[in-house]
Parts: sequence; structure tokens; C-alpha cells
Amino acid sequence: MIGNTKKWIGVAGTITVLAGQFLISPAIFAAGGNAVEEGKKIAFDRKKGNCLACHNIVNAPSPGNIAPALVAMKARYASKEELRMQIWDATIKNPESAMPPFGKHGILSEADLEKVVEYVWTL
Amino acid sequence: MKQLFRQLTLMVLTCGIITAAQATTPEEDLKAFQNFYKKRFPNVEYTDYVNGAYAIDPVGRENWEAIEEFPPYEPFIDEGQAMWEKPFANGKGFKDCFPDGPALGSKYPSWDKEKGMVMTLPLALNNCLEANGEKPLKYKKGPINDILSYIAFESRGQITNVEIPSDDPRALEAYEAGKKFYYTRRGQLNFACAHCHLQNAGMILRTEILSPALGHTTHFPVYRSKWGTVGTLHRRFTGCNKQVRAKPFKAHGEEYRNLEYFLTYMSNGLPMNGPGARK
Ligand code: HEC
Ligand code: HEC
Repeated sequence: MIGNTKKWIGVAGTITVLAGQFLISPAIFAAGGNAVEEGKKIAFDRKKGNCLACHNIVNAPSPGNIAPALVAMKARYASKEELRMQIWDATIKNPESAMPPFGKHGILSEADLEKVVEYVWTL
Repeated sequence: MKQLFRQLTLMVLTCGIITAAQATTPEEDLKAFQNFYKKRFPNVEYTDYVNGAYAIDPVGRENWEAIEEFPPYEPFIDEGQAMWEKPFANGKGFKDCFPDGPALGSKYPSWDKEKGMVMTLPLALNNCLEANGEKPLKYKKGPINDILSYIAFESRGQITNVEIPSDDPRALEAYEAGKKFYYTRRGQLNFACAHCHLQNAGMILRTEILSPALGHTTHFPVYRSKWGTVGTLHRRFTGCNKQVRAKPFKAHGEEYRNLEYFLTYMSNGLPMNGPGARK
């Protein structure tokens, strides 16, 4: 619990650094622009990721507020792999999590999940 | 900052959910439930929980109050009254099965010691029909909603008072089974009922404000704009199971009967206000 709180305070601090993150984005687009774009579609698709049911994402239509906004991911996750774990099965980190285990329960295919990770990593 | 606060409340809630699950006696469960929501929504009057999401959503409430001025469930009540009064082919009628009249709301669900199971109102109505050589009604859609609307209307103001008799340990077992159901994750999306209606009550899931479980049973059957008609509690259970991609159970089969027993017990003390209207 305390660890989480710290993380959140950390986020407040890093939001100011966000501008810096945008500078990194073009590099990501160069590396896998398509994966990011496709990942976004999958994340927004109600029948697939439906992340917006619970998460806010900047400029996203009618998001829910059950979960923290998906911002400043790189500040919160040391690696893409760690982010992938959260999306694969959120109950590893938080056994009470309401977030569906997208990988473990096969809600998203492996390929789709990878793309979602690519997209969320840019947020 | 706002997000930080949300995150903290979420964590506090997560702890609360566990306490609620661990309490031992039904009385303690009920207290834990009530206290949980009291902390979550300190400004909501206890009796206002009968109004579901509208107890905590002022904007939705305004629309709903406008709808209630011309209640969409009214024709169903009238139909139901006609059903109540119309004799069966054998000359008898519902009146003979239920001599105390149609205000039956607070009598169900109840423990049926003889049958060793939870008796629900729709089940009792169908038992009456079958005992008189009539065809039973379907449990989710159709005319059952007429008769239930009438009975709910006649029962308005009665206080929910589910009893778990101590002279039959199977009654407590049925309650415990219903409670376990409520806290068990299901379906591909891996949700328990408690995730949405306890842990995240008051939060927004896409465009829906998640209603508290307290008061969930007081207003059924309910007219839902999405359905365009009145539907039963077990139809709602089915829908909530389906939306997490779980296979729904049989309406008035053992699982949902026990679930109803637990969930209605959690509304003990709240007045009945069916039929209801929801978006
Ligand atoms: C039904 C609700 C729900 C849905 C749908 C959902 N999440 Fe989550 N998510 C949560 C909750 C609640 C948390 C908070 C932490 C926890 O409980 O695991 C969370 C946490 C996260 C986190 C960690 C955030 C942080 O600050 O550490 C990430 C990343 C994430 N979700 C990504 C996603 C992605 C990507 C999708 C869609 C593919 C998604 N979520 C869909 C409920 C949801
Ligand atoms: C993924 C989220 C989710 C889960 C899991 C869920 N529900 Fe719901 N439920 C909803 C939503 C959304 C509504 C409609 C808005 C509201 O009233 O909360 C709803 C409505 C209801 C209602 C009607 C409330 C009213 O005022 O008329 C009942 C009763 C109910 N749910 C019971 C259950 C039960 C029992 C379970 C478990 C079997 C369950 N729900 C699981 C999301 C969920």
C-alpha cells in the first residue's frame, strides 16, 4: 500500500516531465509505428481491450474511472516486460484487482497483447 | 491529486471487501455491508439505497425522477392484477394459493424446511400454477413480470426481512453458498459481483455508474429502458454474469436462489419499492 502511494506521488512529479516523453515518441514510431497504432485500436475496441471501460487515456471518448489514468507509463514501469505482466494478469501484483487478466484468460491473443503493450508504453 | 485520492480510496475499499468476506454470522455480514457503504457514501441516507445508482448519481437521478412521473411499469401492474384475479381453468386462482393477498413481497425469499431449499416468489407462483394444472411461467421475460409487478406494487413499504432460521443448518448453508457466489470471480473477465458493486460501487464503468449492492433487491421487477420492458431479478443476474463472459446459471436454480437469499438478506431493513425503473 505504501509502495503504491509512493508510486503515485512519483507520478504527480513525473507528469511535468511528460513533455520530455513526447520527444521520445518519434523514435518509437520509427521502431514500430504500426504496432502502436494497431495496439491503440485494440485497446479502444469494446470487444477486445476495452481499456476505456475503466481507464482514462488522454483525449479518449467516455472513459470510466475505476482505474488510474494511463499516463506516464515509462515513469511507472521499469520495462515493457513489467508493463506486459500487468496487462497479462493484474492479479499477480494485486490479488484483489478488478482488471481482467487479458493474457492469462486469453481475452486478447498473444499478438494483440503485444501490440497493446507497445501502445500503452507510449502513453 | 484527484487520481491519487481515488487510488487511495480504491485501496481502502479493497481492504473493506476482504473484511466483508470474512465476517462470520449473517448479522455480522449485514453490519459489515452497511458500514462499508456508510463509509463509502457518508451523505447517502440509508433508505435511499433502494434507489440504486440514483442514490449516488445526482444527474441520473434527475432523469429518473422525470421518468417516474409517468411510470413505464404501470401497464404491467394492471396486467398483473388481472392475472391475480382471473380464475384458472379449474376455477381456483392465485388467491387460493395465497389467501393473505398479493402483498407478498417481504415473505420471499424464505427457507422452505420441508423442501430443504430457498423458496423464491416466482418459484412459489409457479408451484401454485402447476398444482392447479396450469403451465408454469418463464422466469426472465414475459407475463411473470406482470404478476410480479402487481405483487411488488402491493408490497410497497413493506420492510425487507429475510430470515435464516436457526433450527435448520441447511438454511445457513444456503446463505453461505449465496455469499460465496457473490465473492467468487467468474468468466473470462474474472469479476466477482463484489468487484463491481462493492469494491467499485460509485465508480464509472464506461458510461454506467456502478450501484451499491445495498438495496439491490428492493425494487424488482424493474423496467429497464435498455430492455424496453420489465424484467426479473434473475434476468439481471443473468445479464451481470454474461457481461463478464461467464455462463449464466438457470433462473431459480439452486445457485441463483441462494444468491438471491444472500443478496436480499443484505437489504434487510430497507423498504420495498418495486416495481422500479432504471435506464
Ligand atoms: C474492468 C476494469 C479494467 C479494465 C477493463 C482494464 N483495467 Fe487496467 N487496471 C484496472 C485497475 C482497477 C487497476 C489498478 C491496479 C490494480 O488493481 O491492478 C488497473 C491498472 C492498470 C495498469 C497499471 C497502472 C499503474 O499506474 O500502475 C495498467 C498499465 C493497466 N491497468 C493497463 C490496462 C490496459 C492496457 C487495459 C486494456 C487492454 C486495461 N488496463 C483494462 C482495471 C481495469
Ligand atoms: C463488470 C461489472 C459487473 C459485475 C461483475 C456485476 N455487475 Fe451487476 N451491474 C453492473 C452494471 C453496469 C449494472 C447497471 C448499473 C447499476 O445499476 O449498477 C448492474 C446492475 C445490477 C443490478 C440492478 C441494480 C438496480 O438498481 O436495478 C443488480 C441486482 C446486479 N447488478 C447484481 C449483480 C450480481 C448479483 C452480480 C454477480 C452475479 C453482478 N451484479 C455482477 C455491473 C456488474
